Amino acid sequence: MVAAAAILLGCLLPSQSGAVAGEALDALLMRFRQQQHGHVTFTERYSAAVLDRPLESSGELFYDAPQRLEKRTLQPRRQRLVVENGTLVIEQRLKQYRVALADYPRAAPYIDSIRSTLAGDRQGLERVFRVEFSGSDEDWTLLLTPLDSKVAAEVATIRIQGADDAIRVVTMELTDGGQSVMTLGTATEP
Amino acid sequence: MRRRAVSIFIWLSLLAAGAGVVARAHFAADMTAFLPSRPSAAQQILVDELRDGVVSRVILMAIDGSDPEARAQMSQDLTTRLHANPLFLAVANGRELAVTGQKSFVFEHRYLLSSEVGAALFTVPGLRSAIADTLDIMASSAGLFPEELLLSDPTGETVRIIDQLTPVGGPRYRAGVWSTADGTGALLIAQTRATGSDVDGQEQAIRVIRAEFDTLRGASPPATPRDLDLDLKISGPGVLAVRSRATIEGEAIRLSVLSALLIAALLLLAYRSLRTLLLGFLPVISGALAGTAAVALTFGVVHGVTLAFGVILIAESVDYSIYLLTQVRRGRRTDEFGEWASTIWPTVRLGLLTSLCGFASLLPSGFPGLAQLGLYTMTGLLAAALVTRYVLPDLLPGGWTAQPIAALGTVVERGISHLQRYRQLLWIVPVIAAATLFARWDTLWNSDLAALSPISAGDQLLDARLRSGLGASGMGDLVVIRAPDDQAALRAAESVAVGLEALVRANEIGGFDSPARYLPSLELQRSRQAALPSAVVLQNRLRAAVATLPIQADRLEPFVAAVESARASPLVTRSDLDGTLLAAGVDALLMQREHHAVALLPLRPAAGGPISAAIDAVRVAAALGALPPDVQAMVVNMKHESDAIYAGYQSQAISLSLLGFGAIVLLLLITLRSPIRVARVVTPLMFSVLVVMALLAASGRALTILHLVGLLLIVAVGSNYSLFFETRLANSAAAHRTTVLASLVIANLAAVLGFGVLALSPAPVLAALGMTIAPGAFMALLFSALMAAPQRGERGS
Repeated sequence: MVAAAAILLGCLLPSQSGAVAGEALDALLMRFRQQQHGHVTFTERYSAAVLDRPLESSGELFYDAPQRLEKRTLQPRRQRLVVENGTLVIEQRLKQYRVALADYPRAAPYIDSIRSTLAGDRQGLERVFRVEFSGSDEDWTLLLTPLDSKVAAEVATIRIQGADDAIRVVTMELTDGGQSVMTLGTATEP
Repeated sequence: MRRRAVSIFIWLSLLAAGAGVVARAHFAADMTAFLPSRPSAAQQILVDELRDGVVSRVILMAIDGSDPEARAQMSQDLTTRLHANPLFLAVANGRELAVTGQKSFVFEHRYLLSSEVGAALFTVPGLRSAIADTLDIMASSAGLFPEELLLSDPTGETVRIIDQLTPVGGPRYRAGVWSTADGTGALLIAQTRATGSDVDGQEQAIRVIRAEFDTLRGASPPATPRDLDLDLKISGPGVLAVRSRATIEGEAIRLSVLSALLIAALLLLAYRSLRTLLLGFLPVISGALAGTAAVALTFGVVHGVTLAFGVILIAESVDYSIYLLTQVRRGRRTDEFGEWASTIWPTVRLGLLTSLCGFASLLPSGFPGLAQLGLYTMTGLLAAALVTRYVLPDLLPGGWTAQPIAALGTVVERGISHLQRYRQLLWIVPVIAAATLFARWDTLWNSDLAALSPISAGDQLLDARLRSGLGASGMGDLVVIRAPDDQAALRAAESVAVGLEALVRANEIGGFDSPARYLPSLELQRSRQAALPSAVVLQNRLRAAVATLPIQADRLEPFVAAVESARASPLVTRSDLDGTLLAAGVDALLMQREHHAVALLPLRPAAGGPISAAIDAVRVAAALGALPPDVQAMVVNMKHESDAIYAGYQSQAISLSLLGFGAIVLLLLITLRSPIRVARVVTPLMFSVLVVMALLAASGRALTILHLVGLLLIVAVGSNYSLFFETRLANSAAAHRTTVLASLVIANLAAVLGFGVLALSPAPVLAALGMTIAPGAFMALLFSALMAAPQRGERGS
């Protein structure tokens, strides 16, 4: 994926220092749109006021354009989480949970933000968030603020940082002080 | 004069009595006309389901047009509106949890409703593992669990219950709401308070849905153009019942009126008198009234199909008045009717008896619609014939004379004698017909109950589209439990579930649903309650359980309080569930009958096999386990039962029709006292039936029971023609012969016109009748004429 990204970058987007942020965002999303599959590692830290210490987990993320997102947690315990067609399926040990994403104003925008970014779906992003792009192609940040008041009551911001066409860190700040930081590793091909 | 006054008086009194009965009659327009009157135990389940079970109350809606977001918004607005309307028990669009606030109901009653609650959950390891799982979900799905929920429900019971309520393999989502399988429409499901057989209630529900939709589309601020693009499609058993009633009231009656007008125009040409024309319809009207009254008195309820098709079937009675009003000639009235009564009437009477024999074969049918049609037609024809014979002559004005029509008869006779020369070729016709039928024998009969429904193909397609969106055909395998009361049924459902879960683990079945999932039996709730530890015990165990987890036991005080209050809380009963999705779940699967309760546990086939594995009913039955002696459980396949019901009707109707045909032959043998003469009467009819069947088969149409009714009618109408040729035309004077022939041709034209119009109907059932009878009636006359001709010639010479 890195190699592919480098080639894409070289071909399509020589450095654009003068470009306005909107064009840069379009260009970034265009590059995402051209990726049909993604496979990266992640580590996640979730901290909340009710918890003594942050919960840490790690595993792999899979993406198939334009809808399917799968998160396989390997540590500390195996868990599989699949988002497809608005349904979230969580499997861990012998239990399986299925929920309609739309019923969860906290989880939905988080997953939507990653999915829409990966799908290069600017309209999708802008339907849910106020989108601010900053930085350069090599080091960019998308700052997403929920538009819907119900969502905004729970989620303060989601910050997606990346380099080239790879997402590096996704940070969600919750209004109750909770925070989730997911760091994505370099792609590992099986 | 006295006799005349008496017969008119009797007729008018009977008409008034009939009108009185009809005015009070109860009319039904649902699928129950197609359900067996003496069902087996398994069929009874299907019948109850179709009549007033939840299956019958479902209304499916698709919002098409515009873009997914506009559709989702409309889906959400419409759901909210309908949910507030008392006509609907439940409304779902995939977001019902957010709509109805049942999340809080589930949360409140989680320790009685969750299948995980038991002594094991509240041990130290049980608590630790459950809380660790919840923390895992919390960490990985970033906020799926709000923190308050973690503190009051750390074992995740709420999510567990909601998971159980989320249909597996259910509809796909688009823009956050359910969508049709092709993704082009937002999908909604409503459950009406009115049962499926309450067609008025269903109609009202549909009106409300349409009105709400139109209001939302027109007035939602801002009424954007993309909202105006939205379109609402509705289907479901109740909707189809409403539509089939509309078809019957609109289509059948409109077509009947159209064919009546055509016949009237034809008869006006023949009679050349408006008054005669109106008099000529009196027997039909009397017959229709008598038929409806007889059905209402015998069955208590008159099915819409009976009315719609009955009027069509007794159109034969127009012929009776044609035979009277075209043939009576010369001199003073008394003489001419005396002659008619002694010469023509016996043949008409024999034709009537033949028809009665034919339609009597419908009476014993286990298919109420068919039995009613039989009674209606028999009563109607009998009444019409009697009115023609004993009332109509007395209503004709003094000095009345039929218009001469012999000229027409002469032309027809010439044509027939011309065709006669080729009559040897006639024997090829049944050979070709029989060969065609033989070649198509395997696909000759339609085996699908839906073929009888008076619903257009377009509506059937729409229904299939919405159903496939649901991801459920609605007609699958079920475990059916019959128990003395609802609690016993729920307990049995819980006991059967143990065996079924083993089958799920062994991948014998994919899964199953159960009413106990939505409403556990009181016994199970009590045992769950008994497993809840006291506050002190729970606090101690919690401390040990969370020692290694990143949360303090003290923080989980809301959890301890919730368990403590659940220990003494009242148990959940059906009425507590009102307005929640759980209520819809229970009502769909648990039915209180008069003296017993029925629980349904729908099974899903196992997925993942090379072939989508069918469910093995025997293995499922073996897994059900022991039940109390007053409880029965069985495995039923609804599609199989429904097909079996239809196949039963069909084979029964076919054998009854053959019996009816046998009765006709016997009647003719007794009356005509000559097997050769009987053969002459019957052969043209058999030829016509064969040719019509062959034509239908050759055009790729599978025959249904209604085609069979049409074939019966060919025999009924055609027997009049062949009897006239056999008995009347053979030995009568040329002038009289041509008049009789002309009246037959006019009667035949009337039948062909009348039924030909039906063949154009978009409703399959009406088209089936039209396509069968119109050509059949024509061929019956043609074959009768061609076959009878030489005998007439011999005798005439």
